[in-house]
Amino acid sequence: MMSSSPAVDVRDLCVVRGGREVLHRITFDVPRGAVVGLLGPSGCGKTTLMRALVGVQIVDSGTVTVLGDAAGSRGLRHRVGYATQTPAVYADLSVAENLRYFASVLRAPRSDVDRVVDEVGLGKQRDQVVSTLSGGQLNRVNLAVALLGTPELLVLDEPTVGLDPVLREELWELFRALADRGTTLIVSSHVMDEAGRTDRLLLMREGRVLADGAPEALRSRTGADDLEGAFLQLIKEHAGSPA
Amino acid sequence: MNPAITLATTRRILAQLKNDHRTLGMLIGVPSLLMILLRYVFDQPQLFDRVGPLLLGLFPFVIMFIVTSVATLRERTGGTLERLMTMPAGKLDLLLGYALAFGLVALVQVAVVLAIALTWLGLDLNGSLGSLVLVAVLDALLGMALGLFASAFARTEFQAVQFMPAFVLPQTLLCGLIVPREDMASWLEATSKVLPLTYAVEGMHEISRRPDFTGTLTVDVVVIAGFTLVALLLGAATLRRRTA
Repeated sequence: MMSSSPAVDVRDLCVVRGGREVLHRITFDVPRGAVVGLLGPSGCGKTTLMRALVGVQIVDSGTVTVLGDAAGSRGLRHRVGYATQTPAVYADLSVAENLRYFASVLRAPRSDVDRVVDEVGLGKQRDQVVSTLSGGQLNRVNLAVALLGTPELLVLDEPTVGLDPVLREELWELFRALADRGTTLIVSSHVMDEAGRTDRLLLMREGRVLADGAPEALRSRTGADDLEGAFLQLIKEHAGSPA
Repeated sequence: MNPAITLATTRRILAQLKNDHRTLGMLIGVPSLLMILLRYVFDQPQLFDRVGPLLLGLFPFVIMFIVTSVATLRERTGGTLERLMTMPAGKLDLLLGYALAFGLVALVQVAVVLAIALTWLGLDLNGSLGSLVLVAVLDALLGMALGLFASAFARTEFQAVQFMPAFVLPQTLLCGLIVPREDMASWLEATSKVLPLTYAVEGMHEISRRPDFTGTLTVDVVVIAGFTLVALLLGAATLRRRTA
């Protein structure tokens, strides 16, 4: 029963921030082992939604169930990996020191440090102090922390920002490999050309999910050539609908 | 609570300090320098014997307050606290990790200052060395706990640094270091009784005068420990797993 429950199940989620409702009755679910893209312009509520999934966001109403438990509950804390958009690592520690610390907090095996360093391709920077890394390298340290302990669900907020095309390609291959091993990934982005790499897309705008489906299905449904066009078409349809 | 996470946190904080030579140098060097200055400014061994121990209680308190309030503010604003809150780390693991790390630093700090004071500066101590170190480390932990708590009310490092004069200077004025408390107006004396630094300075005063562990000193130690505990619990309450 537990393993057949969806990885993520969000029902009528409303979130109020600064006196303003920023998520309006969001409902969707994500099957296990899928790579889901969360797309939408900056400020549409992607980060707030991801914070709700990992249980650090105060929720106004609705339910968020992750791997069969309420989001943020104690049992989930080593089963969900989260990488924020702004890297949350210690700038005055080396890459390895950061990873060793977070690995001990997660009670992950020591060998995990080498594994994740390898996975994000930071072997050469292993003993470098984080404050001396480039933006893209910093992003990858942040991602590496989320990979520690082999979580069942990965929530990654814009993990590919600032990376060159080669690295971006490598990371998407990593995401695919993780999904093949059964990990569920929710990856946000505002770059449309990344959307095609996902199994499933959630297009968000102004705190609502505009569309939810496979990239191919979205393209054919809107009759657009590419996802950018599909997104624009969906916005038009949405604006035209009475609700 | 999990001892392994607590110790990992302590190790991480010490590693951060180890990588930051300048901060480490100032943590150890500044109190020593102030002590040396004090000795030669007074230039009277008897006066130094009386005031020296009092300042040995004050320095670790002030320095730990600043260091902790800025360090925890960084954790709050840098996102690492939020990241830890999504992990199995308990609030107590973090707080005790900080307490242990800064307690150790305070121990080194006090040891260095004491070594200089007792040898080069010729400090003549009536009380026991053990109780002096005990009170000094407790003062450091008190400063740490208050700094942790205060950091919850700062949005920026600018604000956090300014909490030092706001929290510490009024206590310094009222604790009996500058004017004996019994000479103050009654409302000031009453206020001084609810401020923790008063007990820190009183404890050091006892140690500087009496060789034995007096009743007053026992009360002081218990009160400082109590304040530290309450500040840590208040600090724990300001660490939130969920935020708006």
